[in-house]
Amino acid sequence: MTSPIKLDVRHLSFYYGGTKAALKDINLSLATNEVTAFIGPSGCGKSTLLRVFNRMFDLYPNQRAEGEVLLDGQNVLSTDQDVNLLRSRIGMVFQKPTPFPMTIYENIAFGIRLYEKLSKSDMDERVEQALRGAALWDEVKDKLTASGLSLSGGQQQRLCIARTVAIKPEVILFDEPCSALDPISTAKVEELIDDLSDRYTIAIVTHNMQQAARVSDKTAFMYLGELIEFDDTSKIFTSPAQQRTQDYITGRFG
Amino acid sequence: MSDHTVKAFDKDLSDLGSKIAEMGGIAEKMLTDSIDALLRLDVDLARATVACDPRLDALEREVEERAVLILARRQPMGIDLREIVAAMRIASDLERVGDLAKNIGKRTINLGPETRLPRATVGLRHMGQLAALQLKDVLDAYAQRDLERAKSVWMRDAEIDALEDSVFRDLLTFMMEDPRNITSCTHLLFCSKNVERVGDHATNIAETVHYIVTGSNLPVDRPKG
Repeated sequence: MTSPIKLDVRHLSFYYGGTKAALKDINLSLATNEVTAFIGPSGCGKSTLLRVFNRMFDLYPNQRAEGEVLLDGQNVLSTDQDVNLLRSRIGMVFQKPTPFPMTIYENIAFGIRLYEKLSKSDMDERVEQALRGAALWDEVKDKLTASGLSLSGGQQQRLCIARTVAIKPEVILFDEPCSALDPISTAKVEELIDDLSDRYTIAIVTHNMQQAARVSDKTAFMYLGELIEFDDTSKIFTSPAQQRTQDYITGRFG
Repeated sequence: MSDHTVKAFDKDLSDLGSKIAEMGGIAEKMLTDSIDALLRLDVDLARATVACDPRLDALEREVEERAVLILARRQPMGIDLREIVAAMRIASDLERVGDLAKNIGKRTINLGPETRLPRATVGLRHMGQLAALQLKDVLDAYAQRDLERAKSVWMRDAEIDALEDSVFRDLLTFMMEDPRNITSCTHLLFCSKNVERVGDHATNIAETVHYIVTGSNLPVDRPKG
């Protein structure tokens, strides 16, 4: 079963400035409604790659990407790409929960208002939908006016996922979404990723290999800015083709 | 292969390997002794063979417990995961080989020193030698992670199967000649079946070695004689 390609990365190289490439000629594609995990030691370029997908790097001068990242066939790196529109299509969840210092309700509604004009009742419905989608509704439905910062870390992270889901993206990028969470919150986020993968194309960067093995369909192993191996997750974690992948996943590195 | 960053993991794995090696040694000796005992009707040797089995059983349990602990503690991946799954499988195959040898021992004790053995035991001796060789080869293949050697064990099992057929026919003839032979020949039939089963366990181990080395399984059907 092969799904159509959602995000196609072609000959992508990336520079934080200067001539030293942080990503070297990366080629891979994310299939629609599949979960792709990126693993590799710190500094291997996996987070950098994620930040290229929705052009987060644009916030910093001097950083530049070469090559193509095609979202449904359209190059998101082209200069005429509307970056705000791009980020509404490719949402991102970060390592540390980053709720806005506003109410739980507003945390969700804020983003929606940037793209859509909705009536109060429609907005209520969208907020509920988003919170349900992030498996948070039951825990917060009676305190929607409380501050987003009053929630626990795990709840805050799911609030951030709800915020991302609320603007109906097509792709969701998770950058180590569970590294600051306890095991139970982690399990809830993983359950959520599994659930979301029916509707969204998902890319997740994680240092936790067991997590990559649990949540993803495909896994990419990166090292020193290169894509070393990209294959079915079941293959990568039981019998990878490359020695460097083998050494990394079995804890024999360096 | 280079060592794990966590040294204790290397030790876990090498300990598991030594347990398997010990089991292999015991199973090999039980098999050859049981067949020697049967063909010489040496009841003492048969008893000694039967007495070896509890050690093998205990070792299998140890392998299994350690393997489960490693799974829980280290969450092994890739080659490590395959090694551990393989250790569990091989331990279980070797434990079964021990059971089969023990069974031959018990039947030898049952037959007693006075039984008249038919000519078919020549084929049975040959089967025993082949099975012992297969077991030895496959254990060497495991110790050295030698894919070619494992494959040749896997291919050779058909010989034992063919020999078993001929032993079966010989014993059948012998029983038809004189019904008084039926008791002893029935025991011998079971012994021949046991030896054939040992060959099957050797091919199982060969398949497991293939899995360790390549990460893929050999085809379900292997060559038939």
